[in-house]
Amino acid sequence: MKKELGTFLLLVLLCVVVAILNPRFLAPANLQNMARLIGMYGIFSIGLGLVIITGGIDLSVGSVFALLGVVMSMMLTEWGWPSALAVVAIIGLGTALGALHGLLITKVRVQPFIVTLCGLLFYRGLARFISNDETKGFGTGAGFETLKTLATGSVLGIPTPFVLLIIISVVMWVVLHRSVYGRYLYAVGRNETAARYSGINSEKMVASAYIILGALVGIAGIVFAFYTNSISPSSHGNSFELYGIAAAVLGGCSLRGGEGSVVGILIGTALLQVLQNLVNLLGIPSSLNFAVLGAVILIGVIADQILQRRPARVKPA
Amino acid sequence: MPPILQMRSIEKRFPGVHALKGVSLEVSKGEVVALLGENGAGKSTLMKVLGGVHQPDSGEVLIDGAPAVIRGVSDATKYGVAFIHQELNVLDNLDVAANVYLGREPTHGGPLRLLDRGRMEEDTKKHLARLGLDIAPDTPLVRLSIAQQQMVEIAKALSLNARILIMDEPTSSLTLSETERLLEVVKDLREHGVAVIYISHRLGEVKEIADRAVVLRDGANAGELRREEITHDQMVRLMVGRDIDSFYQQPLGEKSPRYFEVETLRTARYPDKQVKFDVGRGEILGLAGLVGAGRSEAAQAIFGVDASVESRLLLDSRPLRIRSPQDAIKYGVYLVPEDRRTAGLIVDMPIRENVTLPALERYAPAGLISFEKEKEGSKEVCQRLNVKAPTVETKAANLSGGNQQKVVLAKWLALEPKVLIFDEPTRGIDVGAKAEIYELMRKLAESGVAIIMISSDMEEVINVSDRVAVMHEGRVTGVLTREETTEENIMRLAVGG
Repeated sequence: MKKELGTFLLLVLLCVVVAILNPRFLAPANLQNMARLIGMYGIFSIGLGLVIITGGIDLSVGSVFALLGVVMSMMLTEWGWPSALAVVAIIGLGTALGALHGLLITKVRVQPFIVTLCGLLFYRGLARFISNDETKGFGTGAGFETLKTLATGSVLGIPTPFVLLIIISVVMWVVLHRSVYGRYLYAVGRNETAARYSGINSEKMVASAYIILGALVGIAGIVFAFYTNSISPSSHGNSFELYGIAAAVLGGCSLRGGEGSVVGILIGTALLQVLQNLVNLLGIPSSLNFAVLGAVILIGVIADQILQRRPARVKPA
Repeated sequence: MPPILQMRSIEKRFPGVHALKGVSLEVSKGEVVALLGENGAGKSTLMKVLGGVHQPDSGEVLIDGAPAVIRGVSDATKYGVAFIHQELNVLDNLDVAANVYLGREPTHGGPLRLLDRGRMEEDTKKHLARLGLDIAPDTPLVRLSIAQQQMVEIAKALSLNARILIMDEPTSSLTLSETERLLEVVKDLREHGVAVIYISHRLGEVKEIADRAVVLRDGANAGELRREEITHDQMVRLMVGRDIDSFYQQPLGEKSPRYFEVETLRTARYPDKQVKFDVGRGEILGLAGLVGAGRSEAAQAIFGVDASVESRLLLDSRPLRIRSPQDAIKYGVYLVPEDRRTAGLIVDMPIRENVTLPALERYAPAGLISFEKEKEGSKEVCQRLNVKAPTVETKAANLSGGNQQKVVLAKWLALEPKVLIFDEPTRGIDVGAKAEIYELMRKLAESGVAIIMISSDMEEVINVSDRVAVMHEGRVTGVLTREETTEENIMRLAVGG
């Protein structure tokens, strides 16, 4: 819990500072929009966190977004698939890609970085090819209004993506922190050998993390496609994987594996969105956007390191 | 002439611990002094003071009779103090010469500081030759055995003109013949006037090599034994401060019926050789042999961690199909692995999570873990095994070797073992904890478990086992009954019968 606390305080501090500098930060419309974005980013960031807990990484998330977005648009507008079928198919496709990654990593034993780096290139190329590099979309959204509300609607004034995130977070919190599966996942991430010697099927555990990530990317992909309503295959979802990784790391996940929590990842995601918002509201040139993100993440991680570093425990022997 | 090293009334306190309470130690040129004591007795702290890692609160260190201030490792090196640690300090991606000269490579000079490989290799060769070692200086360390890597460390110490050599458990991962070889080297160093401080839990070695044994207990000098006084009982008495009546448990008298049979087992390492042995219910079968005989490989194949080429196993006359540890666990066949820190435990996790890992479902009705139950269960088994830790939330990394081993064992006890394989169960564990582990093994056997104990510690094999199976290059070369079990018989079979 200590680890999340630092990031949480940073988040609160940042909110206070931005609110003081520009009261518009607290305007309902601004908060709503931020919550909407936190919802979308949070959903797949939790999946990425899971993969990072196993000691893995996924760089292909952004490209999968593009591929899923393009395919989704084609299913609905060109092939005339019913909405429900398209949703199932897209989540299924995301899950299948996750399973493919898991298989390559555990059975063929290619490093996660390599597998998903190739995915990053491959899926982006595929998305551009099948769409003829043309921007796809859902037009006015006529015919799939229900789907559109997933991205742009609200429940009791709370943006739907944020509601989705809360539901998924609760489920994932139970899975990760209360279930046998979750304990196994941490065990494999901490020490795969010892986990195996304890009778845990570590390959299954690792592969499952990629599969869950795939499913969550599928869900987030649908929401995001309808949020933008225009999917440019060459830029849609660009570097989303990095936002997810940054959120997970800010939230206390270690790239060595075995560490991290759902709450931490949520705080990390929120922190990133507040930063984005800060750039807009404080009139910082948008060209500096990435520089601000990078700097704050670095400072956050260094601060965390310093807080964690206590005087070395002396063990007499 | 004063002794080369005098440490007088060394005091050292850490927060909450009085680690050294006025400890004194003297070593003369050409003397091998064994430094004995249970874990926590202060041996390592004392040696770290000598090595410059810790500064003493009071007391003095004299080298050649003159006060020496050792503020760091480089000071220690200057005084000719070299430390061979239990865990090897070598870089196995580099070659021998690079390791020997790491951090002080001879160069051709000039701004580029190009390495003088010629000189490095020549000097390395010289030092290796002094140790009777015929290895090319450009051999990568990965291709050397642990024993050879250790020799490289000793060569490094020699190249630093070490006059006081501290060796911490140098034989804990060596085979019998390698141990013999190392002891020869130590004797040779003694001939050349090097003062050696030898830390070991293997009392057999101490008897053989030490001119004097200094025993520490609870951070103070507990006594000293001259060469002719060094006996097993004397050493143990000083270390634990009392007599251990039954250090080794009374073995079983009668022969027990076959229970777990390895009919044939061929491992990936020795695909053409067959392992064959059996263990009775309530029996402890020692599995002896030189390192590399394929004992650990056999154990890992039985447990299903490694795939076997062929495997026919019977438990109570019923065939077992084990393809993974999950299968083995289903049958009640468990392994306490050789390397407890990497394979036995997840050291960053608390004791509780380690203990319950293989049996987590029991603490998780409907898939959700009940922390209450988990805590209770792990507390209970830790009490049963006398694990010494503040709470079950203590990280496994912060436990002593003996307590870590008990935690590994605790993982399996909740699962009612039928067959338990121990791979080097007491390596690096102090005398008191060793006796406890032996007692636990015997108790488990008495409750009907079949136990297989792989061990390279001859004394342990002879005193703990009911029977001893000896392996050589992937096959069992013979099985000795209790009466036949002698060091000579084991060695004869270990080198191929």
